[in-house]
Amino acid sequence: MFNIFKINKIFEITSKAPKYIFIIFIIVLSIGLAEALFLSPEDYIQSHSVRIMYVHVPSAWIALGIFSLIACLSIISFIFKNKNFSLIAKSLAPPGFVLNIIALVTGSIWGKPTWGTWWAWDARITSMLILVLFYSMYILAWRIFDKKEQANKITSIIAIVGVINVPIIKFSVDWWSTLHQESSVKVFSETSIHSSMLVPLLIMTAAFSLFALLIFLMKYNTELIKIKNKGLDRL
Amino acid sequence: MYGKKVKLRVLFIFLLLISVILSIFLILKSLEENVVYFLSPTEIKNLSEVKNNKIRIGGMVKNKSIMINSDKITFVITDFKNEINVIYFGSVPNLFSEGKGVVAEGFLKDRNFLIAEKILAKHDENYMPPEVTEALEAK
Repeated sequence: MFNIFKINKIFEITSKAPKYIFIIFIIVLSIGLAEALFLSPEDYIQSHSVRIMYVHVPSAWIALGIFSLIACLSIISFIFKNKNFSLIAKSLAPPGFVLNIIALVTGSIWGKPTWGTWWAWDARITSMLILVLFYSMYILAWRIFDKKEQANKITSIIAIVGVINVPIIKFSVDWWSTLHQESSVKVFSETSIHSSMLVPLLIMTAAFSLFALLIFLMKYNTELIKIKNKGLDRL
Repeated sequence: MYGKKVKLRVLFIFLLLISVILSIFLILKSLEENVVYFLSPTEIKNLSEVKNNKIRIGGMVKNKSIMINSDKITFVITDFKNEINVIYFGSVPNLFSEGKGVVAEGFLKDRNFLIAEKILAKHDENYMPPEVTEALEAK
């Protein structure tokens, strides 16, 4: 199912791809930053502090997306004992964790000039903090448990329990009254961000996705090297 | 098709998810009061008794209601059904203005009057450049 030939095949991609993805990432990031910092207009109420959105929103989206992905992979790897999937899930955790921290920190920096406070215990912010705790538990569990089999099971369960928090984060602003504003970009109705601000937001989202992909591939590559050099880390 | 173990693991995950979802639902349901960040003026009006603890009220700042007298600020929070008068000493966030969202934290004197200790501005989900707003207003 996951033999040495397959590893070699994947390894060929993961060892070469980061180079190219890094170049694309730098290009997209430069376009995104130029759009976000200089070309996009200021907001009618928030003026220039709205520019924090271009970092805050993409990192929060991707942190949520990655956790959902980890949970899906965990469910499959838990049921069918797919070792490759659990390896992919393990490698996805670091970029998700970093982006979640970025979302919280930039949110705090954004909160001060707009709301007048660094932190509020409202539903959206607290549930996002819980997600960081789940990411931390997930990453720590991989390190704590030495037996692969055991680590696989426990991390899967952490991810599966934690994923219930994802819809709570998403809908927290609709279900309860929160200080955090409601979603601006919606799937089924018109977005309430003017197109001149939506475009840089989407470019920054692409840039952050590439960043997450880059970190993931580097981590995944390391994990594969560990398996190839048997004795370091056997599957 | 699949082994017995696989079926057991599917059942395990199913039970795990159901039990966690149910317990979180129960916890959130019982903590509803604390999960909401603020109450609306209407909810304040319907309170059975005015308690002495800290409370947060949110809504819109009523148009032409802000009165500033040195460092004393009074204004009215409205949800377009009911209103609450707020008195506050101190500085307010930049985004605090008439017709915009606000959350005031403080102590209720009665059902119509709040002595605020902290004012937070709440902004909505609309983002647009100033020119667009002007164009919209010109219409």
